[in-house]
Amino acid sequence: MNALPIDMGLLLAGVLFTLGLISVLIRRNIIFMLISVEIMLNAAGLAFIVAGSRWAQADGQVMFIFILTMAAAEVSVGLALILQIYHQLKTLDSDAADKMNG
Amino acid sequence: MVSTDLLVSLVPLFPLLGFLLVALNTRKLTHGVTAFIACGSVLLSFIVSIALFSTLLGRPESDRSISLTLFNWIAAGDFSASLSFLVDPLSSLFLLIITGVGFLIHVYSIGYMHHDEGFNRFFSYLNLFVFFMLLLVMGANYLVMFVGWEGVGLCSYLLIGFWFKNQEYNNAANKAFIMNRIGDLGMLLGVILIFVHFGSIQYTEVFAKATSLDTTTLTLITMLLFVGAMGKSAQIPLYTWLPDAMAGPTPVSALIHAATMVTAGIYMVCRNNLLYALSPDTLNLIVIVGLATALFAATIAVAQNDIKKVLAYSTVSQLGLMFLALGLGAFTSGIFHMATHAFFKALLFLGAGSVIHALSGEQDIRNMGGLKKYLPVTFFTFFAGVLAISGIPPFAGFFSKDEILASAFAHNKIVWAVAVIASLLTAFYMFRLFFLTFFGKERASKHAMEHIHESPKSITIPLTVLAILSVVGGFMGVPEALGGSHWLSHYLHPVFAASHDLIRVHHLSHSTEYILMGTVVAFTIVMIIIAYVLYISKEQVPAAEGQPTGGVQRLLANKYYVDELYHAIVVKPLYWFSGIFDSIIERLGIDKLVNGLGESVVAGSRVTRLLQNGGIGYYIFMMVIGIVLILAYAVIR
Repeated sequence: MNALPIDMGLLLAGVLFTLGLISVLIRRNIIFMLISVEIMLNAAGLAFIVAGSRWAQADGQVMFIFILTMAAAEVSVGLALILQIYHQLKTLDSDAADKMNG
Repeated sequence: MVSTDLLVSLVPLFPLLGFLLVALNTRKLTHGVTAFIACGSVLLSFIVSIALFSTLLGRPESDRSISLTLFNWIAAGDFSASLSFLVDPLSSLFLLIITGVGFLIHVYSIGYMHHDEGFNRFFSYLNLFVFFMLLLVMGANYLVMFVGWEGVGLCSYLLIGFWFKNQEYNNAANKAFIMNRIGDLGMLLGVILIFVHFGSIQYTEVFAKATSLDTTTLTLITMLLFVGAMGKSAQIPLYTWLPDAMAGPTPVSALIHAATMVTAGIYMVCRNNLLYALSPDTLNLIVIVGLATALFAATIAVAQNDIKKVLAYSTVSQLGLMFLALGLGAFTSGIFHMATHAFFKALLFLGAGSVIHALSGEQDIRNMGGLKKYLPVTFFTFFAGVLAISGIPPFAGFFSKDEILASAFAHNKIVWAVAVIASLLTAFYMFRLFFLTFFGKERASKHAMEHIHESPKSITIPLTVLAILSVVGGFMGVPEALGGSHWLSHYLHPVFAASHDLIRVHHLSHSTEYILMGTVVAFTIVMIIIAYVLYISKEQVPAAEGQPTGGVQRLLANKYYVDELYHAIVVKPLYWFSGIFDSIIERLGIDKLVNGLGESVVAGSRVTRLLQNGGIGYYIFMMVIGIVLILAYAVIR
């Protein structure tokens, strides 16, 4: 079985990560920001899988399981926070939550 | 039979316990209980001191010292100091005087202070003082002595400023404390030098190595220690605090500023007699300082009108005489005079206190006179004190003063002449004081005369006991010329033996001694007659304030303007410097720096807080930029 070509895999991961990052930066809806963060996490996970495949090590897949678990936990907390924000501010616009300024 | 070790540690323990008991319950204890605890603790100490004294007497002469180490106090590197006591003939004599005279003065204070609201506080301070004084004379190393030395200074400060609501008294207390600090600095440096050169601060070890040290270092050490003695024992140039210290209650003046604390300098020099004997330059300095102080203070005392100020200057003068004796190498004579002085000066102060008490607080001898018939006990006891200090045989002062004059004569005729003048002046001003107080017209205010009364038993009994001691105290040192054996010098011989081998003491022939005694006594009687003619026959009274007086008299009444001189050359420049430091370094330097720091933090945060605008997107953007920069740095590096 041929290994994944590492440069292609990493390029894909990089593109995904950048897309996620840009979208976090430019989106104002908090739910979309959360989704973008998920994309970034998955990009990182993909990079681990590719690397693990290249050196035929199980570590890459172990790390991906970790990321997956962490992402699940993060989403549960993040969604709860988003619910609270909506409850308080009646909007999902992140710019509306700027009360903690200097 | 209790062990001597236990006895030694009991001596300072009783006053300490007394102090703690009274000081911790000042508000609860009644006056009676306080008086019982305070006097009782000193009495117990006195009894133990007698026991120690008789133990020493029962031993052979070479074995008369008890040393006791309680515990190792400080151990750091080469330095080690233990809390240890040494009781030898010298310190046992001091123990007897401190606890004995101290007890009498405690008893006296019951009567003297019974109206005072600070009664309990007063007695706690007195007990604390006795404790520290015992520590000072019992310490077996320089550090324990230094602790006692500082402790008595503290108690002196507390008791001078006892009536702290009067700002003048507080100033007097501060003056005493600061003057003593100047001396103590010298003392401390001396002790440090001793440790540096001897590697130990234990008396026995230091004295054992003393002869191996070069004279220059020894001279430096002894001079520094003597600076401490100048402060504590009120010698020129640090004497001005003692007359001001009379602001404290009269028993304090008697106990601390006449009988015990001010003799700490004498004790210290005697304890280190070997070091002093090895540095003749310091001894010469002590002779000069002692002699100058004796004469200087005696002349001032002639023109003072405050009963306690006269006695204070007299104390300074007598301390000068004691130092003169020490400087001449006649350590025993110095100690002898210290002992008799403790009796008669305590008596005179307590007598003065009794007069002041009887006249409802009047201290000016111009407003006294004719008190003989109102205060008979005070009169007779005071008379005994005056005779003793003037050196009329066979009162105590005669023997001790004569001994000092004899060794001065053997040393140098000029020194003798000056010392004689000082001692004649003493006779004159003491009789001036005595005549003006007890004889002549009654000049006290009508109000004071209405309340005049002989003092209660608690005051007259200590007076009587001290009067008896002032009469017989001299017999412990009757010179051979008068058929005595001089018990005191034999008793103290082990302490001073090594020094007496070093200093050649001139021995006068008996006939010379007779001539000296006769001359001095004859002149003393002449001085008394002059005082009698001036103040009884002619009924002269010193001029009131503001009346024109002669130049010399004004100079003396103003104490040679020494206070003003010190004010001009030390206090004023100090204030001036402080003013400059205040306006330049403090206001322009430190204040500007501190305020500038504060202001710059405020201004900086005013700018930087704009960064925190609350927008999540902005934060993320900043974070990304930050991470990119860090990664870029990691890559470039």
